[in-house]
Amino acid sequence: MYTAASFTAGFVFGLGLLVSGMVNPAKVLGFLDLAGAWDPSLALVMAGAVAVGAGAFAFMKRRTRTLLGAPVLLPGARGIDRRLMLGSLVFGVGWGLAGICPGPALVLAGTGSAKGLVFLVSMIAGNGIFEFFEKRKRVAPGPAQVRSS
Amino acid sequence: MSIAWNAFTPASALIGGAIIGAAAALFAVLNGRIAGVSGILGGLARPQPGDISWRIAFVAGLVAAPLAWGFFAALPEIRVDTSYFTLAAAGLLVGIGTRYGGGCTSGHGVCGVARLSPRSIVATLAFMAAGFATVYIARHLISQ
Repeated sequence: MYTAASFTAGFVFGLGLLVSGMVNPAKVLGFLDLAGAWDPSLALVMAGAVAVGAGAFAFMKRRTRTLLGAPVLLPGARGIDRRLMLGSLVFGVGWGLAGICPGPALVLAGTGSAKGLVFLVSMIAGNGIFEFFEKRKRVAPGPAQVRSS
Repeated sequence: MSIAWNAFTPASALIGGAIIGAAAALFAVLNGRIAGVSGILGGLARPQPGDISWRIAFVAGLVAAPLAWGFFAALPEIRVDTSYFTLAAAGLLVGIGTRYGGGCTSGHGVCGVARLSPRSIVATLAFMAAGFATVYIARHLISQ
């Protein structure tokens, strides 16, 4: 049931991306091109998604179980750190170069677009690079800390 | 700034956005998770027992959407003008950046903003600003 719900959510998400125009990189770049002929559509995509999503997240805020009885695993409050900022900026540069973000990358690959596939494979490779450095950090956390007390 | 009224599609943008929001809502209410695509996909690189099938299912849903759509109707216009080389570089940046930043347009931009998470709002402002700046440099400074 849990897996079926997950598939349905992904499927509906993909349909929404297709309807909204987010899967069309030319349209996304048209939104990001403030100094050119600006296409404001994407702002409305975000507004529509946030407006509909907000009610559900408010509903889930005080619950510990979902309607399927699964545990609620929504992230708690965490601080704003350098990792968040640098990561988001790097993501934004990539997004600005291609007009593709992770959700649309998967949908685009599903359309059979060769360019979409190249982006997706490269994105997964980027994921692998991240994992490689995270793993190294976990395995070798640097010189042991010396406590003076 | 001039608005491209001929390219502006307010109805499909709002409806598509609402569908995306409904998908995120469904996922929160049934699965109790954030519909953040970079995190869902990224978790597959470090598979934990019992934590794999729902991730694959969500990703499969995304990939299946255009296949099902194409079965009933012609897919909407999709144009990729970016070169293969730039796409490959952009993919790497998106792959690395979204993982370090802990989210992308879906996790931070849709779910995080809908939850009024300060962290996600800041992340969204940061990747939007970087996106605006990158397109400005690429289209108006370099390719002149």
